[in-house]
Amino acid sequence: MSSYSLSEKRRPLKLKILIWGLVGLWLVVAAFPFFWTLWGSFKVEADFFSKADWANALTAPRTVAEHGTAFIGEAYHGAWVQEEFWRAAVNTFLVCFFVVCTSLTIGTLGGYALSRSSYRYAFWLLIAALIFRAMPPITLVAGYLLPFFEWNLWGHLATTIIVLVAINQPFTLWMLHSFFQKIPKELDESAKVDGCTQFQAFRHVIIPVMWPGVITTGLFSFLLAYNDFAVTSILLSKENQTMVPKIASFLGTTQTEGNVMFAVAAVVSATVPLFLLVLFFQRQIVSGLTQGAVKG
Amino acid sequence: MLLFIALPILSVLLQSVHTPHDAVLIEIENCGPFGCTTSTTMDQEATRALRDEQPLGKFVGLDIYFDRGHLAVREVVQVWAESEGIGDFLASLNNLPFYRAMGFTLTFTFTVTPLMLIFGFMIALGVNSLHRKLKGFLIFFSLLPMIVSPLIGSLVLFWMIDSRGIIGSALQWIFSDPDLSLKASTGLTWVMLIVYGVWHAAPFSFIVLYAGLQTLPQDTLESAQIDGASRWQQVRYVVIPHLMPLITFIALIQLMDNFRVFEPIVGFNSAAHATSLSWFIFNDLSGETRLLSSAATSSVLTIIGVSILLAPVLVRTWRDFNAKG
Repeated sequence: MSSYSLSEKRRPLKLKILIWGLVGLWLVVAAFPFFWTLWGSFKVEADFFSKADWANALTAPRTVAEHGTAFIGEAYHGAWVQEEFWRAAVNTFLVCFFVVCTSLTIGTLGGYALSRSSYRYAFWLLIAALIFRAMPPITLVAGYLLPFFEWNLWGHLATTIIVLVAINQPFTLWMLHSFFQKIPKELDESAKVDGCTQFQAFRHVIIPVMWPGVITTGLFSFLLAYNDFAVTSILLSKENQTMVPKIASFLGTTQTEGNVMFAVAAVVSATVPLFLLVLFFQRQIVSGLTQGAVKG
Repeated sequence: MLLFIALPILSVLLQSVHTPHDAVLIEIENCGPFGCTTSTTMDQEATRALRDEQPLGKFVGLDIYFDRGHLAVREVVQVWAESEGIGDFLASLNNLPFYRAMGFTLTFTFTVTPLMLIFGFMIALGVNSLHRKLKGFLIFFSLLPMIVSPLIGSLVLFWMIDSRGIIGSALQWIFSDPDLSLKASTGLTWVMLIVYGVWHAAPFSFIVLYAGLQTLPQDTLESAQIDGASRWQQVRYVVIPHLMPLITFIALIQLMDNFRVFEPIVGFNSAAHATSLSWFIFNDLSGETRLLSSAATSSVLTIIGVSILLAPVLVRTWRDFNAKG
């Protein structure tokens, strides 16, 4: 493996302690907040935000006193049923699904065409992707808003999906483009020799080879759609909100007792899909993150 | 694509030089037995007709750019004339909303970026020396702070930092000050946001640098060892130069990402102490009165800021690309 494992045996004890300490600390810093919030989401507010003693969040005396058990699902019930968080979840699912599908369809076709053309699109694509990465999406939203009001497009899921796809597209195209470029041209040439049309070559030869690339790109556009707050909170009407702006709107009404716990439960519910995503697709995410760097 | 990139920018530009129409006012004279009174009322129909005719509003040129909410040229000149010394000037500048937002955005960008690079590098070195099985596990948990939505991540931390939460009470205990609240003071709010920024961004530099460490040339390192380089010298003169391109790449990406910092400010509910340019626009856009032209102006100014930040990168990419092609 790496050079550092070579010299492992010769490492002095002090350094070893330092490394373990550092890595251990990082592990705690990275993971602990999530477990803490997960644990706390089953308590009542008086325990999770305890004035008397922080240890109350662990032992939960108030929760036991009020409900008889240390683990309660009240907050989840409140968030999902009472505040209709399920509606936001459905909306999020719709938005993410369509954003990923649309941007992948355009991205694979476009990326393939670009990578097989001789003109140097790559540079302009890269520039467009860079600019879009650099610009706060909210600056664009300001531009979309007035036409959308004028044409009565504001507030619909479809509009938001289109905007998200548009913001995402240069990045998707660029990423897929570089994946396609790794596939040798000989592959589609030999397919054509065997009697495939250009599209058949794409469909039956290139796409099967491309799956890892497509999955990685899809993951990233999913994350963009899922995590977005600026676009969704401004462009969607109240009843069409996705999960992240919905959580933000919980915050606005924290005055009444229990609402904070609704938000905690909602946050935990919104984190679970991401947790699963990392669990199953860790390798693709890491490769996607490093791929851009190694090339650039 | 052109439709969605170029048009919004154009639309933003257009909106930024317009302002909503003033209401059309008419004066009505009411004469009664006790003399005449004049009252001013809004002519609803005329106003609506005017608004329908020109939905953008009336053309005001660059006025919005220079008003108090944005560049505030007049106020800046006045402050400059009145203040004694640079410190005083900056302090007064801080009262103007646009400059306050910009001040925070720049501070955030230029503190978080180097800090996350250093942390990421240390973690990468540490993890790299661990056993294989542990690495996967560590990478899994490292990805979490980065992958969760910024708003969710900041909320999770915010609740812990709350004076009734675990970190908040721990800090109160450490400094034995029961009234200590991170949310109440401007300085501490900034620190809190910067800590969040590092927490959120360090995994990215960790993963990229860790991948870079895997490609480290063995023989260079071995020859350095034979030449008697200490561990620190090996890191300094072999590892860091090898990773340099990656470090620049991360720095660039992070400069851009941190410049548009937005969600943590909503999550930490810290608008009273720290605002960023993105939040500034968001604030104009949301709420009852959508101040479109004001938001558009801030957007244009932000885009200008981004392009100043990005110009060296673009020039470099252009040069690299020409060199390659």
